Amino acid sequence: MISQLITGAGYWSPLLWLAFLILFALIGYLIYSRGNPSYKKDTEQVKPYLSGNAEPAKEKIQVKASDIYWGFIEALKGYYKVLQAIHTGDLRDYILWYLGVGTIILFLLVGGA
Amino acid sequence: MIEHLPALMIAVPLFGAFVSPLFKKKQNIVAIWAILITAVTVGLSLLLMYQVRLNGVIVYVFGADKPTLVLPSGYKVPIRIMFEIDGIGAFMAISATLMSFVGALYSYSHVEGESGLEKYYALLLLLEVGILGMVLTGDLFNLFVFLEIAGIAGSALVGFRNYRGEASEAGIKYLIVSSVASLMVLFAVGILYGEYGNLNLAYISRQVSFNTLDMIAFGLLFASFAMKCGAVPMHYWVPDAYTEVPAGINPALLVSTYASLYALFRVSFTLFANISISLARVGWIMSVLGVLTMFIGVTMALVQKDVKRLMSYHAISQTGYMLLGVGVGLTVLHDPKALAEFGRTAMAGGIFHIINHIIYKSLLLMTAGALFYVTGTRNLNEMGGLARKMPITTLCFIVGAAAISGLPPFNGFASKFLIYESSYRLNPLLAVFAMVTSILTLASFVKVFASAFLGPPLEKFENVREVPKPMIVAMVILALLCILFGLFPDVVLDKLVYPAVDALINVAQYQSWGGLA
Repeated sequence: MISQLITGAGYWSPLLWLAFLILFALIGYLIYSRGNPSYKKDTEQVKPYLSGNAEPAKEKIQVKASDIYWGFIEALKGYYKVLQAIHTGDLRDYILWYLGVGTIILFLLVGGA
Repeated sequence: MIEHLPALMIAVPLFGAFVSPLFKKKQNIVAIWAILITAVTVGLSLLLMYQVRLNGVIVYVFGADKPTLVLPSGYKVPIRIMFEIDGIGAFMAISATLMSFVGALYSYSHVEGESGLEKYYALLLLLEVGILGMVLTGDLFNLFVFLEIAGIAGSALVGFRNYRGEASEAGIKYLIVSSVASLMVLFAVGILYGEYGNLNLAYISRQVSFNTLDMIAFGLLFASFAMKCGAVPMHYWVPDAYTEVPAGINPALLVSTYASLYALFRVSFTLFANISISLARVGWIMSVLGVLTMFIGVTMALVQKDVKRLMSYHAISQTGYMLLGVGVGLTVLHDPKALAEFGRTAMAGGIFHIINHIIYKSLLLMTAGALFYVTGTRNLNEMGGLARKMPITTLCFIVGAAAISGLPPFNGFASKFLIYESSYRLNPLLAVFAMVTSILTLASFVKVFASAFLGPPLEKFENVREVPKPMIVAMVILALLCILFGLFPDVVLDKLVYPAVDALINVAQYQSWGGLA
């Protein structure tokens, strides 16, 4: 019996998925292993083209964490401004949020009792 | 011995905690002692689950032969302290013991150079006692006492590295937040005791009349446990605490957070299960809190540079999935058709996600701890090219990152899949938010992978080596569990998760030990 996850709307079989993954990986490897006959190692052919600029040393190509998703964060600047403003790190604010949310929950529950 | 199993679950780690300070001069021995004690509790919790599956709900009474014993005056209410263990209690106990064991094993090398290790391990074992007490007790006042034990032990551990100002600050913040929540829990317990003259959960759940006072108590319990489990917008303490606590304590602290989530579920499903008018409203509150929690958590994680803080925001985000899954189930609890069609599956997804998240988040926080161990920094901007130096940590990170992002065939996918397919039936928007959160989670972990592990090797990390073996073993155990739970989700669901879900749904079973007025 193959392991299956029944959701009510369908099912998921991880072992079957794994079997197909291995199969397709093998097919991919077979295609890859046939190779490209025009490929010549250590020639101009394999060097990256950077709009005519010299390739910088590999040690200098370090992408910093804060540069990753810069565009995404810039596009959502307004959202992040609000979000970072409420994350004050002030313990008094932590308790105020708890009291505020607690009051809303109490209002919703007592109002419906 | 079997009949005293519930008492042993508390007695063994408590004994371990009190003996630990005796090894003050022998730091290695105290570490081995803690590993041994936590390993014994793993065995006991598995035995407990076996007993619950075999015999149903276990009721254990301290100081009496049977739970039905009443006062000689004929006052027909239960008078003893009781533990009442059903499927969800046993499920949580396994999570707590397993993570305490893995945490102790990891700590053997991770905190080797620190001083005061006898206190460290005593506090770890006390934290385990607090969690186990919370999930096993059948008594409201006991729940408060164990919540306090877990809170105090947890805050002391958060501030363990007190030579760092940030750690002390985080410890004090955690202590105060925990104390405020506990105080409100105590206030709610007082209200219920004043009304019904008893503290037994099963007893009160039968008597509760849902008047205004009861609803105030329910609201206080709901809000307090929601804050303790890190639900948005009461989550602010989580990144502070998870970031500063030593990585070996992260697994136990995670389970401690989810012990509060368990208490939230227990209060909603058992204590106040029979409120028919507003239960759907409570379910919607839980689901909306869940969606907010997952989305705000993940978007905050995306902009973090501190690797542990980033992962801490993900811990908040993942709690949202649990709230969503169980919230959907709670919304349709009094609608048998919807409950059978998708409510039970949604709850299974939520509960399954608890243990999955505990496993992969502990693994990820441990890999973050390993990065800190070898580089001395948590700043992702200062890291790079570590995959070559730390191949096993890198592999473990990949497994954990894939699991948290919900990639098949890892365990995170299995529970998220259940949540997507069932929450969609209540409202498609819920599933959309859950999926978008998963995509953002993957994006966030790609960032960690690219900045810490990939890239050219940095000169300053030239002499960096893989972390010591005990840390590796602890991480590999969790990585294997991520894979196994993902490949055989049906086994975990049948043996652990559905018994827990049915224990929550079937409140009559919890009340059925009889003898009550």
